[in-house]
Formats: sequence, structure tokens, C-alpha cells
Amino acid sequence: MNRGPTWFNVTSLVLGFAFLYIPILLLIIYSFNGSRLVTIWGGFSTEWYVALVNDDQLLDAVWVTLRVAALSSAVATVLGTMAALALTRYGRFTGRSLFSGMTYAPLVMPEVITGLSLLLLFVAIGFERGYWTIVLAHTTFTMCFVAVVVQSRLVTFDRSLEEAALDLGCSPAKTFFIITLPLILPAVVSGFMLAFTLSMDDLVIASFTTGPGATTLPMRIYSQVRMGVTPEINAICTVMIGFIAIIVLIASIATKHQETVRRREEQAAAR
Amino acid sequence: MTKVRTQTIGAVRRTFAPWNDPTATPLIRFENVVKRFGAFTAVDHISLDIYEREFFALLGPSGCGKTTLMRMLAGFEEPTDGRITLAGQDLTGVPPYERPVNMMFQSYALFPHMSVADNIAFGPRQAGMAKGEVAARVEEMLALVKLQAFAKRKPHQLSGGQRQRVALARAVANRPKVLLLDEPLGALDKKLREETQFELMDLQQSLGMTFLIVTHDQEEAMTVADRIAVMNNGVLVQVDPPAAIYEQPATKYVADFIGDVNIIPCKVEGCFGTDLRLVTPLTPHPLQVTHAGEQKVGDEVVLAIRPEKLRISLDAPDAAAGNCFTGTIWDIGYLGDLSVYHVELPCGTRIKVSQPNLSRVVERPITWEDKVYVTFTPHAGVVLSQ
Repeated sequence: MNRGPTWFNVTSLVLGFAFLYIPILLLIIYSFNGSRLVTIWGGFSTEWYVALVNDDQLLDAVWVTLRVAALSSAVATVLGTMAALALTRYGRFTGRSLFSGMTYAPLVMPEVITGLSLLLLFVAIGFERGYWTIVLAHTTFTMCFVAVVVQSRLVTFDRSLEEAALDLGCSPAKTFFIITLPLILPAVVSGFMLAFTLSMDDLVIASFTTGPGATTLPMRIYSQVRMGVTPEINAICTVMIGFIAIIVLIASIATKHQETVRRREEQAAAR
Repeated sequence: MTKVRTQTIGAVRRTFAPWNDPTATPLIRFENVVKRFGAFTAVDHISLDIYEREFFALLGPSGCGKTTLMRMLAGFEEPTDGRITLAGQDLTGVPPYERPVNMMFQSYALFPHMSVADNIAFGPRQAGMAKGEVAARVEEMLALVKLQAFAKRKPHQLSGGQRQRVALARAVANRPKVLLLDEPLGALDKKLREETQFELMDLQQSLGMTFLIVTHDQEEAMTVADRIAVMNNGVLVQVDPPAAIYEQPATKYVADFIGDVNIIPCKVEGCFGTDLRLVTPLTPHPLQVTHAGEQKVGDEVVLAIRPEKLRISLDAPDAAAGNCFTGTIWDIGYLGDLSVYHVELPCGTRIKVSQPNLSRVVERPITWEDKVYVTFTPHAGVVLSQ
């Protein structure tokens, strides 16, 4: 059988990648534009990257974004894992499907609605809007993503491992930390990473729940774009792309490495 | 050296029968234990005594409640009603991590992120044993299951048989009063399983522990256990040593569940002390059977006879040979050590007869379509109520 690439496969591949990456490629190229005008090429230059480093407002936004993302995704990971445990572990309790549906609703809820309802809540209880309200809002909407990821791992988890630990004299709490958690850790970590990236690029919910003094990077970019796209925006976007690409690359290399080690060990055992 | 040891074990096992001793106190007592899951009754009023150093087997088809009964002893399930005591202590409400009972799981449940040594050390560490003692205990356990060379391996680097041994070592590392084994050899192939059965028996004797095994494999139960409890639909059908279960089954169910059996429907025609005369539609001649039971003339009964208790021959037997069926060979199963003959009687019923193949060459072997005579003595079968 011919397993080589056919003209159809090659075309689909080229079209698919072109569709995905031409806009990004354009953005990267124009970030090195020497001209002030975004769409006219004025020669190669790194001046916008220099401007970036000196733009305090932009750097401040980056700092806020990273702080929000780190804190909210950490809390979301804890809460989401707990929700996933409750949903998989307690067989049939009254209102189980309602609870389960309610956990997943934010996945399909339009962000505008989530943002607006959170804003109303914060106003109603008189919570001063700013950094903390964004953190709370992001925790709320990323938690369900963590729950989904962790739950899909837990349904295939062999409960007899926990029973064995209990049987050997280990208390339930300790069993969770030394048996269950290490085994579901990959799912928890990927849930955390998902929550982190979701928080980092959220614009809608952050705009609704923010207050004076707390501007995230997507908000800063969006407001600047309204006054006209400058190559500086292209530069910060390119840095972000590079940052995310590096994280993805490290994560996939790590998984790949783990897989190879595991396979090699299994082969050694079969011998 | 080994020979001496096996002899002493044999001597111990020959005289070991605390269940016949009215003064012996049982180690484990199930008192009227009931377990319901919703409307389904998994365990239905079971009372059972298990004695110290006994190798006890719970045998039954899947779904008969045997695993539930074991899990209640381990503490993973609470009885709906009744109670379980261990060495006099009521186990009601005692969580699994505080019971002096350890379990070997069907899936082995080895901790995949820990080495073999850490898996074995898990129990002793939880018990708060000092570091040096833990190391010594792990060494001892590894030697016991002959896995010293594998201490640093992870479970997924071991073969199925090795994993089984690690699971065993881990379960006995805490020196529990009772070791529970849930289908421990189910995942092994036949040859390894048979070897391991004898190792389990040796281990039980050398550790002097009480073993409770759950299995659906009757051969396994017969091989390893001092006593077997046959379960069906949540109730105990019979609790006896293997030979009694096999040779004196209490009910038709037990006779049928354990090994092969021919069930012959009969009617009691005459009763002379322990001798019964039975009539059956399978043969025009009445059958003479010895049985000490409470059957009366006119009772509908079944005669349960094991295939190996029947004799088959091509020549007509003399009158002294006892009971006799005539029929033709319908099928033959050659198993090497023995052959199983399916004999079709004139009425159409087929019975199974097994004969050891004692010599390599037979002048005239029994073959398909042969007319044969099947004989058996008055002691060969068991009379059971319908």
C-alpha cells in the first residue's frame, strides 16, 4: 500500500497551516517593521522591542496579568480537583446530576453573562473592584475546566489502590496525599496549565470585573488597538507567542521523554 | 531438608480440625451478617466461624456474595445487620486502617509510583516501625517471595507472576492476624497458578497465619483450603473440608458446582436400614445404594455419582459387580491422564464416565458406537433430595 503523501493530503496540510499561521506570521514580521505605520514596510528594526521595555504601563499590565493568572489558576486547581473528586467518588446522592451540570455550565456559558453576573454580585456586596475581583472571577470560570480534566483522569483511577493503602493502615487523608494525588498529578498539572492560559488571555470577564488600577495585558492591548495599532503591540504579541511556544515545547518534550523512559523500562521488564 | 519440612506440615494438616473441637474459640465470627445494596441482598444471614491458622476458602459463582463477605471483614463495607468479631473484638464501626487484617487484591493494587521495596515497606511504615526495622522487614519479605533482585524495580517493570508475589509480600509485611486473598491467582496462567497454590499453602504454614481466600475456581479451593464454604445467592450452602464437599455434597447444587457429576433421578422403592433400593427410568433393574439418610419409601430423590466412580467395560459384568447400566459410546474426550466417555443409555440420557489411562497400549480400546456396560458399587453415589 502506498503510504506516501498524496496531492490531496499535501494540499489540505498546506491550506490548514496557512489558515492557522499566516495571520500570526504577518504579526511577527511587522513587529520588526521600522515604520510607524503598521501596514507599510519601512525596513528591519528592533526599535519597538526597545520601546516595549521602556513602556511602564505595558509592563505593569504584564505583571498584573501574570499575578492574576498564577493566583487564580492555583485556587481553581484546588477547587476544581475537589469538585472532580466529589463528582466521581460519591456514587449516587440526591441532586448529583444537577450538581454535575452546574459544575460544567460555565464551560458553555457566554463570557459576557459570566462577567456581567459577577460584576452585579461585586457591586451588590460592595466589593471594591480591582485586582482581587479579577482573581475571584478568573477562579470561578477556570475552575470548571480543571474539574473536567481531573474528572476524566479519576474515572479510570483504580479505587483498589486507595483501598490497599487504607488496608495497610494509612488514614484517608494521608492516602489522598501519598497515593491518589501523585497518581492524578499529571491531570492536575495540565488542568492548572489550562487555567493559567485561560486566565492570561481573558479579556471579557476581566473587563467586566476590573476596577481602577488593575489592567491586564489583553485589556491594555485592546484599548491601545482602539487608538490604532502600533508596531509596539505587534512586538508584545510576538513576545507572548514566543513565551507560549516555549512552554508548549517544554511540556511536550517532557511528556515525550517520560513516555520513552516508561517504554524502555517496560521492555526491560518483558525480557 | 525440604522433605522433613513437608512431612511435619503434613502431620500438622492431618490433625488440624479445630472446627470439630467444641472447646476451640473461633478467631473470626460472622454472626447473622446481612448486607443489602438497595433492594439487592448480597449476603443473607450468614453465620460462620473461622479458626486460627485455618486456610479457609469462600467458593461460589460470581455474584454469590463471597467478595462482599470478605470486604466486610476488611472494613470496606459495613454489614446492614449482624456483626463480625475478630479475636473477640467487635469490628462494627472499626475503619479498615485500624483492623488487624490485610488484603491481597485481585488487581494486586500495587502502588505504581513506588518501587517494590517501597510497596512492601508501606504497611510497616504506616504502623510507625523504626527505619532499620522497616528495612529488615522488607528484606525478609523479599526473601520470602524470592524477589531480592527486584527491590528497586517499579511494578510495571515486573511480570505478572512477580507482581503477584509483591502483592503477597506487601499484604503479609504487617503480620496481620488474618490475610484476605481476593481471587489471588486469577490473572496467572494455569501452570504458574498450580505452582503458586502450593507456595501459598507453604507460606500459610510457615507464617502461622489465618488465610481467607475468595475464589470461583473449585480446584484452587480444593487444593489450598482446610475448609471450604460453598456460597450461592448470598447464603452458605455447605461448609466442610474439601473431601467432604466432594464426596458428601449436602445438596444437588454443591454436587453439581464442585467437579463433574451425573445426576440420576430416582424413586425410593425399598428401605433396609442404610440400604436403599431405587428405581430409575434409566435402567429396568433397581439400583442398590448404601446411604444413611432419612429417605422414606416413595420419596423422589436424585443419585449423584462422580464420573470416576463409575466403571466402564466392553464385557458383560458378573452379577456380583453391583449396579449396571448398558449403553453405547456417544463421545470420547481423551485428556491424556484419563479419558471421559459419554455413554448414551437406551432412554436417551447421557452419562459421563472417566477412566484413568493406565497403560500406554491397549489391545482393544473402547471406541465410538461401542456397546458398553457401566457398573458402580452401592457406595459410589450420594442420595440427595430433589
